[in-house]
Amino acid sequence: MRWVVPEAEHMAEGTLGCQGCGGALSMRLVLKELGQDAVAVLPACCWSIIDGPWPVHALDIPVLHTAFETAAVVATGVKAAKTIQGKDTTVVAWAGDGGTFDIGLQALSGAAERNEDILFICYDNEAYMNTGIQRSSSTPTGTWTTTTPDQRPEARPKKDIMGIIAAHRIPYAATATAAYPEDLEHKVRTAVSIKGGMRFLHLLSVCPPGWKMEADQAIEVMRRAVRSKVFPLYEIRNGREYTITHWPDDLPIEDYFSLQGRFKPLLGNDEMLELVRENVEERWQTLLARHERSHSGAPA
Amino acid sequence: MPERLLLTGNHAAAYGAMLARSEVISAYPITPQTMIVELLSELTASGRLDAKFITVESEHSAMAACVGASAAGARAYTATSGQGLALMHEMLHWAVGARLPIVLTNVSRAMAPGWSIWSDQSDILSQRDVGWMMLFAESVQEAQDFIIWMYRVAEQVFLPGMVGMDAFILSHTAEPLIVHDQEAVDEYLPGFQPLYDLDPEQPRAYGGLVNRDHYFELRYKVYENMERAGQLLIDAGEEFGEVLGHKYTPLEGFMLDDADYVLVSAGAMTSNVRQAVRDLREKGIKAGLLRVIAFRPFPVKQIRQKLGGRKKVAVLDRNMSAGHSGIFAEEIRSALLGRPDAPPVYGYVVGIGGRDVRVETAHEVMNDLLVRDEPEMSLFVGVKGLPIGPLRSDYEIRPLEPLEVMR
Repeated sequence: MRWVVPEAEHMAEGTLGCQGCGGALSMRLVLKELGQDAVAVLPACCWSIIDGPWPVHALDIPVLHTAFETAAVVATGVKAAKTIQGKDTTVVAWAGDGGTFDIGLQALSGAAERNEDILFICYDNEAYMNTGIQRSSSTPTGTWTTTTPDQRPEARPKKDIMGIIAAHRIPYAATATAAYPEDLEHKVRTAVSIKGGMRFLHLLSVCPPGWKMEADQAIEVMRRAVRSKVFPLYEIRNGREYTITHWPDDLPIEDYFSLQGRFKPLLGNDEMLELVRENVEERWQTLLARHERSHSGAPA
Repeated sequence: MPERLLLTGNHAAAYGAMLARSEVISAYPITPQTMIVELLSELTASGRLDAKFITVESEHSAMAACVGASAAGARAYTATSGQGLALMHEMLHWAVGARLPIVLTNVSRAMAPGWSIWSDQSDILSQRDVGWMMLFAESVQEAQDFIIWMYRVAEQVFLPGMVGMDAFILSHTAEPLIVHDQEAVDEYLPGFQPLYDLDPEQPRAYGGLVNRDHYFELRYKVYENMERAGQLLIDAGEEFGEVLGHKYTPLEGFMLDDADYVLVSAGAMTSNVRQAVRDLREKGIKAGLLRVIAFRPFPVKQIRQKLGGRKKVAVLDRNMSAGHSGIFAEEIRSALLGRPDAPPVYGYVVGIGGRDVRVETAHEVMNDLLVRDEPEMSLFVGVKGLPIGPLRSDYEIRPLEPLEVMR
């Protein structure tokens, strides 16, 4: 499925994002399909900086900055006000992985369980990048961060946030990445069009400084994450119906990891690398089975 | 037509939020506040109140939802107590910095551990410095009316405000309540007119990064508006009398004009203190009562005027700031500091954790005040086995162990 990426830009040039910032690119692409009657709620994250200090503002929709753990519920409050005012404004919570997987999870789960009429978008750069690269529960196995140094790299796998979200049985959830913009735009468009319930987008968003890599490899690295099945692209409707939206091509996972200095501990540890390989394959097979069941005509 | 009903403080608060036409209500249950959110749920579900009710998963989220709703231009209300108010702390600051006129009812309860659901003002007074206006209700009527009075001022100064009422003594006690005529309340409190409401036609950013060259001024304006709120509370309290039949003031005196000995109190225990003052007058003692209704902004000038020149002032605190004194006493002392006619201020800590503050308790305080020479910071009333007085002097705290290096 291919969609033309709209040409119109809704984000100013010259934001404070780092070179090759996946979060900034994700925002730029999302805005293209979000529509103009929208409000974004931003908890503490890189985007607290990227949007610029007062009185600068990079987006052509309003932004309400809020506390770290509150993106989903502040968006809920904004939506409640808009609804009571008779407006149909799209309210987006835009959070990093910390504000989604960790400190923001309680409010996110609350909003998802209540099926609030908001769109929650996580731009996931797999660590606390704004505070200078500390591990989060989104940090994958074998990763270096300043709190998982080379001598003790991240031991646990990345938290399965999509599984958690699916368990809430919200109308729509999807993974996407700016390396596949047509796929991303399609999912934003779908999410915006589904009204009356919670929608969740999980966007893998490269962070060249935090991932210890060259900025000009930003798109390539996100593409390899998808091709190697480390970050598959799919949709989940109503928490049960899975659809893989882009088929990976068996790129070895090492080809994804080797572009990034943060995986040096992993690449130097065969045992850990095997564990990761098994984990990636096991998750892929689970996803594939769900996809096939969802599209077999049998009950999901 | 106004209705006269027999209702608890909690239900009165729910009626206050309804009469104020709150548009977004977000709350989390906690004893002893729960009845407020139960009744508001019913009122919104039945359509009697046209509001969105968000049943969030924590008090932190309750305040966060109010922040979002208020920022988008809706009149937002919540209610909580004790641990819940403490959990909200971060977002209480947010509401101030974002200049959002949210109103909150706090049913004051003691902080854990040990778990206690009983009356104690330590929860609300721990939020003293966040920049919320604070009113202390004494009656079921005030539990309702202060919400309306608070919105009237909050929406002028774009600062939030909380109404404190005492656990059980007010929250669960039924008293006659005048539920005001809705049209009269509408006349007193017109719809919220926000300056900004997250309008997509005006794509601004709110609450983002400010550098050192602007933050100070933003906070200066918070201070400035809090100061303005002092006079606005007086004016809006007067208007309340004109439109809704009962005038409210930031301070209230009882038998105060010629009083030599003044008892200062806030909240529901004041009713018993008032009775004690009546009794004392009958015995020929020139006692008086000063009730503190507005705690933030603190009516410093009026307090100087009301307390200047008295022989002795006793402040009854159902709270304490360990390492200093009762918090009302601390505030009263600081208001009077350096005034040539400043009376000695005696701090009495009473009723912690819901221990009864009876008419007799106020008498005990007055008996002690009459004979005590030194105005102590904290005199504890009713600690088991101890007379009224400062901390016991015969109790030895575990001494420091000698350090190896010192030997």
